[in-house]
Amino acid sequence: MQLIEMDGVGIKRQGRWLIQNVSLNVKSGEIVTLIGPNGAGKSTTAKTALGVLKADVGTIKRKPDLTVGYVPQKLAIDWTMPLTVRRLMSLTAKPTAAEIEAVLEKTGIPHLINSNVQQLSGGEYQRALLARAILRRPDLLVLDEPVQGVDYSGEIALYNLILKIREELNCGILLISHDLHVVMAQTDTVVCLNGHVCCSGAPEHVAASDAYRQMFGDVASQSLAIYNHHHDHSHKADGTIVPSKGDTGDCCNHG
Amino acid sequence: MDDFIIRAMLAGIGLALVSGPLGCFVVWRRMAYFGDTMSHSALLGVALAFLLNINLMLGVLAVTVTVSIFLLILQKRGSLSTDALLGLLSHSALALGMVLIAFMSDLRFDLLSLLFGDILAVGNEDVIAIYACAAVILGLMYFLWRPLLASTVNRELAEAEGFNPDLTQLIFMVMMAAIIAIAMKIVGVLLITALLIIPAATARWFAKTPEQMAVASAIIGIASVILGLEGSLQFDSASGPSIVVASLCIFLLSLFASRLINGVLAKDKGQ
Repeated sequence: MQLIEMDGVGIKRQGRWLIQNVSLNVKSGEIVTLIGPNGAGKSTTAKTALGVLKADVGTIKRKPDLTVGYVPQKLAIDWTMPLTVRRLMSLTAKPTAAEIEAVLEKTGIPHLINSNVQQLSGGEYQRALLARAILRRPDLLVLDEPVQGVDYSGEIALYNLILKIREELNCGILLISHDLHVVMAQTDTVVCLNGHVCCSGAPEHVAASDAYRQMFGDVASQSLAIYNHHHDHSHKADGTIVPSKGDTGDCCNHG
Repeated sequence: MDDFIIRAMLAGIGLALVSGPLGCFVVWRRMAYFGDTMSHSALLGVALAFLLNINLMLGVLAVTVTVSIFLLILQKRGSLSTDALLGLLSHSALALGMVLIAFMSDLRFDLLSLLFGDILAVGNEDVIAIYACAAVILGLMYFLWRPLLASTVNRELAEAEGFNPDLTQLIFMVMMAAIIAIAMKIVGVLLITALLIIPAATARWFAKTPEQMAVASAIIGIASVILGLEGSLQFDSASGPSIVVASLCIFLLSLFASRLINGVLAKDKGQ
C-alpha cells in the first residue's frame, strides 16, 4: 500500500528553492533512503513528506489516518524541563508500562528507564528517540540520521533493529543516512538528492550512476558498480545543473 | 481575619494555582520576556477600559491578546529579531497607556497599585472572576496537556505526529493573557512575570517529570502568596513586591536545600 506519494514537490523560501521537483513514494514494508550532500534538502524533503513544511508546488498524497513515528535530526530538550526516559516514551502516545519496558529492552536501554534524557550519551539518546517513535506502532517511520553519535558496533545493531522493526510492524521507513555501505546493503530504494532528485531506484542502480560517483567519490561507488550508465547533466559546487553533451541517462532527464 | 485579607488570600491562591503550571511552560519555552511584554501592555488595556467604560479585566484581556497576535504576525514577517520586537511592543504599549491615562484628567487613579498590586483593591467580584478564569485555564491545560507538552519539546515532532502546534500556541497565548488580566490587582503589571517564573524555577530542583514540576510550582506559588500577603500586612508594603520577595526567599532556600541533598547523595554514591 502506498503510504506517501510526492509528485513534483518544490519548496521556495526567500526566493530560493530548497528543493525542487522532488518525487518519491513510500510503500508499506519498504525502506526508502535519502542520501545527498549537506544542504541537499534531505531533511526538508522528509519534513515535507510529513506535512510539517508546506509544499509551494507539486502534490503530496498521504494515506488517510497515517500514523507517523518521527525521529528528527535535532531534538534538544531544554534542561529546564525535567524528563525521564520513561516519560519521554509517552510524549505523544499513551503506551502501557509493559509496552515501554518492552520497547526499551528492544532498543537496548532498559537500564536507563528512570534516567533524565539530558544525561544520556549521544548514542543512548538516539536509541531512546527511536524507541519512542516505534512505540507508536507507526505506519510510517521517518528517521532523520538515526545513528548520529552512535559508535560503530551500535550503528550496526541499530540498523539491524530498524530492519527488524520493518518486519514486525510492516511499516514503511523513510531514512536519511550518511552510512553509504549500510544504505546500499539494506535499502529497497535509494533517492539521491541534491536540491532535486538526481537519481533514484534500487541501490545497485544508484550506486552505478555518475551523480552518485560525483557526490561520494569513486571509492564509494565501486562497492556496488553493477550497472553502468551516464547522466545528462552534472553539478557545479553550488548544486546548479550543468547539462553534458551527448549522454542520455536512464536515471533522470531534466526537461 | 478581616474580610479583605480573606479575599486577597483566596484571590492569590486561585492565581497561584494557575500561574504555577503555566509558568512552567513560560520557563520551558523561554518566553519570560514575552510574558513581560504582555503584562506591560496590560496598562494600555486599563487605560482603554476607563476610556470606553468597560470592565477592567476585559480591557486588559483584549489588549494583551491583540499584542500577542501582533507579535506572531511580525515574527512571521521576520524583519526584526524577536527580542527587538518584544521591546518595541512592550514599551510602546506601556507608554501609550501612560499617555492615555494622562489625557483623562478627571480620573482619580492609583497608578502605583496597578504597577505593584494592592490587596485592598481585591473585591468579591474579583475573587469570583479569578476562580472562574482559573477553572477554565486549568480545564484547558488538563485536556491539552499532551499536545502542549509535545509542541513545547519539539514543534515539528508534535506536528508530524498529529498535533496542531499553531492552535496550541494560540490557546497558550490566550491563557497567558487571561492570567495577566486576573493577576494585575494582586501582583501588579510589573511583577506578574516573576510569579510565573520563580515558583517554576524553584520546582525544577525537585521534579523528575513535567507533571511533578507543574504541581510543585503551584504549591510553591501558593506558599509565596500566603507568606507575601502576610508580610504585606505586617510591613504595610505593596502586595506584589511582597509576594515576589517571598517567592525569592523560597527559591534561595530550596537552592540551598537541593545543593545539600545532592551533596549527600553524591557522597552516598561515592562510598
